[in-house]
Amino acid sequence: MIPLSWYMSLAAILFAIGVCGFLTRRNLIMMFLSIELMLNAVNLNMVALSHYLDSMRGQVFTFFIITVAAAEAAIGLGIAITLYRSRKTIHVDEVNQLKG
Amino acid sequence: MFTYLFFLYCAVMIIGTGLLAITMRNPVHSVLMVLILFFHMAGLYLILGAEFLAAVQIIVYAGAILVLYLFVLFLVSLRDEVKMDRFVTSAWLGRIISAGLAVSMIAMLPTFVLGEKGHWPMAAVIKATHTKALGTEMYTTYILPFEIAGLILLIAVIGGLVLAKHDSPTPIKKS
Repeated sequence: MIPLSWYMSLAAILFAIGVCGFLTRRNLIMMFLSIELMLNAVNLNMVALSHYLDSMRGQVFTFFIITVAAAEAAIGLGIAITLYRSRKTIHVDEVNQLKG
Repeated sequence: MFTYLFFLYCAVMIIGTGLLAITMRNPVHSVLMVLILFFHMAGLYLILGAEFLAAVQIIVYAGAILVLYLFVLFLVSLRDEVKMDRFVTSAWLGRIISAGLAVSMIAMLPTFVLGEKGHWPMAAVIKATHTKALGTEMYTTYILPFEIAGLILLIAVIGGLVLAKHDSPTPIKKS
């Protein structure tokens, strides 16, 4: 039986990788992809905890997180297309209209 | 023993492909790296005894969401993307923050205490099959969140359609 802390460490590292990608990439689509990495880290944590707690709750919540991730991808990529259509760029540091 | 080896293989592949995904120059290569990551995540779900979630991970994440990402990547221009700088100017700050986050989260791990046990031990899940166990729980205890999730998905699809609809004939030029 693999210790639970291994799964949680892996999830923590994957979450940090997602945060790093979100904070460092310029491309808006890559930032959304980093959010997917973070959501996957949370999913892994939930499934591992559900397995070690003999409970189905974590897996049900993982199912809902996958649903919300699909919704987030649809909305976020719609925003990316709209941004590219109006500004001809998807680099977040070039979208600085609100900067005084 | 085999489970340990499989876990270590999946962990190494997940961390490696995750790091490659956030550093690669070409966004299409990054999406393909994330595809490999999702497959190994499904492998971890399998050794945790969640077969239905492993299938959903491959079908929904790898099959639907990543294909959506690929389509949008192809819709926006990629030609000059591979020649440009791919990190923001303050990228070192983000790296420091995420490294600190990882270190603090792993350092906090020994203080973690498991909560009370639930009603679905592994033997009961195997006896009822995983899909039936998950479905029973989802359609009885969690029926209201399930309906709300369906509503969220519907609103997201409508929102995506409205956002991507071409309505302004003259796009605003970049100043």
